[in-house]
Amino acid sequence: MKTFPMGGVHPQENKLSRAKAIEVLPLPEVVQIPLGQHIGAPATAIVAKGDKVLTGQKIAEATGFMSANIHSPISGTVESVDMQLNGQGLRQMMITIKREGDEWVETIDRSTEIKRACDLDGAAIIAKIKEAGIVGMGGATFPTHVKLSVPPGKKAECLIINGVECEPYLTSDHRTMLEMGEEMLIGVEILMKAIAVDKAYVGIENNKPDAIAHLTKLAEQFKGIEIVPLKVMYPQGGEKQLIAAITGRQVPPPPALPIDVGAVVCNASTTYAVYRAVQKNMPLIERVVTVTGKQMKEPKNLLTRMGTPIQSLLEAAGGLSEEAGKVINGGPMMGRAMVNLASPVTKGCSGITVMYGADAERKEAGQCMKCAKCVSACPMGLEPYWLAKMAKKQGWEALEEQMITSCIECGCCQSSCPAYLPLLDWVRLGKQTVMGLIRARMAAQAPKK
Amino acid sequence: MEVLFYTILTLCVLGVLAAVILYFVAQKFKVEEDPRIDDVEKMLPGANCGGCGFAGCRGLSEALVKNDDISSLFCPVGGSETMKAVAAYLGKAAAEKEPQTATVRCGGTCEKRPRTNQYDGAKSCAVAASLYVGETGCAFGCLGYGDCVVACAFDAIHINPETGLPEVDADKCTACGACVKACPKMIIELRKKWPKNRAVYVSCVSKDKGAVTIKACKAGCIGCGKCEKVCAFGAITIENNLAYIDPQKCKLCRKCVNECPTGAIKLIGMEPLPKVAKAAPAATKPAGEAAAAPKAVGGPATIALKASGSNPLLLVHPTKAVMESKAATSVEGVIVELKESGKNPLCLVRGKRAE
Amino acid sequence: MANKLIVSPSPHVQSSQSTASIMRDVVIALMPALVVSVVVFGWNVLFVTALSVAACVLFEYLIQKFVVKGACTICNWSAIVTGVLLAFNLPASIPWWIVIIGAFVAIGVAKMTFGGLGKNPFNPALVGRVFLLIAYPVQMTSFPTVENPALDALSGATPLAAVKFGTAAGSLPMTDLLLGNMPGSLGEVAAFALLAGFVYLLWRKVITWHIPVTVLATMAVFAFVVALTKGGDAALLWQFPLFHVLAGGAMLGAIFMATDYATSPMTVKGSVIFAIGIGAITMCIRLWGAYPEGMSFAILIMNACVPLINKYIKPTRFGVK
Repeated sequence: MKTFPMGGVHPQENKLSRAKAIEVLPLPEVVQIPLGQHIGAPATAIVAKGDKVLTGQKIAEATGFMSANIHSPISGTVESVDMQLNGQGLRQMMITIKREGDEWVETIDRSTEIKRACDLDGAAIIAKIKEAGIVGMGGATFPTHVKLSVPPGKKAECLIINGVECEPYLTSDHRTMLEMGEEMLIGVEILMKAIAVDKAYVGIENNKPDAIAHLTKLAEQFKGIEIVPLKVMYPQGGEKQLIAAITGRQVPPPPALPIDVGAVVCNASTTYAVYRAVQKNMPLIERVVTVTGKQMKEPKNLLTRMGTPIQSLLEAAGGLSEEAGKVINGGPMMGRAMVNLASPVTKGCSGITVMYGADAERKEAGQCMKCAKCVSACPMGLEPYWLAKMAKKQGWEALEEQMITSCIECGCCQSSCPAYLPLLDWVRLGKQTVMGLIRARMAAQAPKK
Repeated sequence: MEVLFYTILTLCVLGVLAAVILYFVAQKFKVEEDPRIDDVEKMLPGANCGGCGFAGCRGLSEALVKNDDISSLFCPVGGSETMKAVAAYLGKAAAEKEPQTATVRCGGTCEKRPRTNQYDGAKSCAVAASLYVGETGCAFGCLGYGDCVVACAFDAIHINPETGLPEVDADKCTACGACVKACPKMIIELRKKWPKNRAVYVSCVSKDKGAVTIKACKAGCIGCGKCEKVCAFGAITIENNLAYIDPQKCKLCRKCVNECPTGAIKLIGMEPLPKVAKAAPAATKPAGEAAAAPKAVGGPATIALKASGSNPLLLVHPTKAVMESKAATSVEGVIVELKESGKNPLCLVRGKRAE
Repeated sequence: MANKLIVSPSPHVQSSQSTASIMRDVVIALMPALVVSVVVFGWNVLFVTALSVAACVLFEYLIQKFVVKGACTICNWSAIVTGVLLAFNLPASIPWWIVIIGAFVAIGVAKMTFGGLGKNPFNPALVGRVFLLIAYPVQMTSFPTVENPALDALSGATPLAAVKFGTAAGSLPMTDLLLGNMPGSLGEVAAFALLAGFVYLLWRKVITWHIPVTVLATMAVFAFVVALTKGGDAALLWQFPLFHVLAGGAMLGAIFMATDYATSPMTVKGSVIFAIGIGAITMCIRLWGAYPEGMSFAILIMNACVPLINKYIKPTRFGVK
């Protein structure tokens, strides 16, 4: 069974909602749409207070290439375009829309009929994806059209579809692959055409045998698509880990990108969104969100419009009980803990995980006994114990030398530490600082050239 | 005996040989260094705090000796005296700076600024600041995990467990600026050090609108501008809903302190000015708000005021309602008139009679 | 929702292992050897072990409380591990006061002076043992004979000493070495019991196989080459390596002492270098040194090299060829 070459952990899977079919969440009354839902420049609002908008209408335009369009998830009136609190309690520019009915933009095909044939060429496909505002829906929210635009001098050799979903608890990709498998595979075909490759791999971890069986059967009707079962190991859904697991090639340290080893990776839900954008003219205005937790009354997979308050998703799954201590946007390994539950669902929100009681609190940290478990757990071959110590001491040069910028913040080190040390807290701080220093250095060098 | 003799002889020869080798090696690898660098280093405090911008005292002494113009170099720990001594030794002109002290500009104590969530990550302000807003609703305030305390090489700043805020020991503080750099919220500022560690400063850095600020913290600056208007020296400016007192212009007259409706202006080492009368509550509202309901002003008299920037100044007597309505806009003029009239105690507010 | 939401950076999952659970596993893994030791040497073994553990825990508690003035660390079981390991390195007939001195050196000198668990450069139990070996050589090398366990100072020669100082190798049957039917320190006599502990530690994922296997393999290869150069009969070619792997503290050292977290390298590559060093130095001391046994010295010497190994031997970085 294939997997990535080094490190990794296997946390308890807790896929509580794996057998729950996707449910449609009732439309929200008010939505908040942040302008910065993706990596890159925030979009520029093209609506103002008082404007009437339709479902699927573009309300914010990409600011430059490294950005993404944003569309209205509901029809109604724009209430405001101003600073609102996001999930971390910080102010962020958002468009607030009050719902009035559900009137769609006419060009969008809302039927469930599967449309296989696609006669667009690569550039037209990428343009359509860009127009639909599609970004990586696994959590990284990298604009998909940027990923598909292979830079000159480089060549894509294969497409890899990320159906790994290695985060514990989350099942949104799993359900999407099961219920929208055929549409997703058409999406794969479209993506293959967009980057001009004839080979695509769909990597799925072995804990989803139903999805593997279902897609393997469907893939018989498609040329060049191979379903690759993978050994269950976190963080296999990391782009670099997945490429290594499937092709055996290792992406060199930053600033190298997956395209340097000829691979383009796309998440399973994103691929389904690509199908909808290209074949149905459907912009990215809804997504499947897993709402889960050990004591959650009904863990669910909810098809949710963007901008819906997290609170209403939690209520749909039975609400928060007394013991709920931590609400995480995402899964427990890489998700961000939230303070503001009125904050909206965004393009990168694949799940809401609630931690209860003792699980919600960190255990008291002890002393590092140099057990080296973090070193052997690191999928990037780094030494987290040392990086954390050095970040605390602010030895930035030494951190750069020891390749702290390679860290993918997967959390394997911290989750394997028997002394419960906050390793990643420090490593992340060190990485951010070092990246800032590198950027400053490059900016200082640039004018001289 | 023979053994002893040979032993001593061998050791002596080895010793001489080693000395000769060492001598030649020392000659060969000798680093030519200005001897004054050592002397200057001895004159510096030797704290190696990095406050001068160099890695340590040695770095500064090298720069002091090598550069002809040393006006841009300064040792905050040694202060002007040390710099004068060094400059005299080197025959150069030293920069003169007035003594400064670190000032923590946040008044969000546990009581004034309720905690809305519980932070459970690494106890570091930098880590928490890069994660989220913090344990309170204020995105600008002190996080209280003590990065400044860790950064301080002089044991001059500590977290007060009661308030959860850092406090500077001005006698120990050398104004090296380490805490200023360490604070991710940029709350700490180096301000002019007055005799007896007196100080007046705005203890808030929130740039949020007044209503947002006050919701998160009762001690926040709401940018109402009352202090700006009362200041006779033009030391106070309001920018981004936040008042700032320029330490160079401030004369410690303390008038702004009583004026501040939220108590965001801190007064250290001095008694506040006697409050002649309690300020009319209506006047404590930020400018632009609607007229307040009539309220008692320190006595039976009842007045209502409409607060607005362009309104005339009113002299209010606690027992006799509004004494006099002044069209004069100059504060000084009114003060003079106040003194002449002898109608104390009086309170000066800006507003308009509602009736 | 109880009251306030808890917020922390990711990950929100923590290890199911803890420092205490790991140390407890080490103690459990040492239990088979203790049982064998009691069978071989008698009840005095329990007394020495209990005394050593009690002294180690007491010293750690006192130093932490009155000198370091930090939170109590005895609950993490590490002092207990040191205590058991120190006892395992002593002969059963050791006077009680020597045990206490050993415990003080192990905890007070080798561990707490450096800042406690994880910061000590040398294995505390071994520092304690080596100190005692040099300070009280007579008591430390008087082993009760197996046949007469109740009597305390009837000195018998350990197999290694027997080989070193006269008697030929292989005079002791291999089965006796495996079962612990020989004179020696408390914990080193029963190879099979130590191996059982090794399997337990591997199963519990407390240690990896790299260090123990490499140490023993290096010793075996070393012994094999030496046997070759001696040009002895064919039987010696397998007997000599096997003897060295089974006799003395080889098993105890390789499985429980060399794998001590704080004093072994952080990477697999580094661990292998470290282990080869231990194996080679042990064999050198055994064959050509003044002492019959060299495991403790070898581990301590390689402990000193660990910071250097950690500095220069880095893990294989992802994407770097």
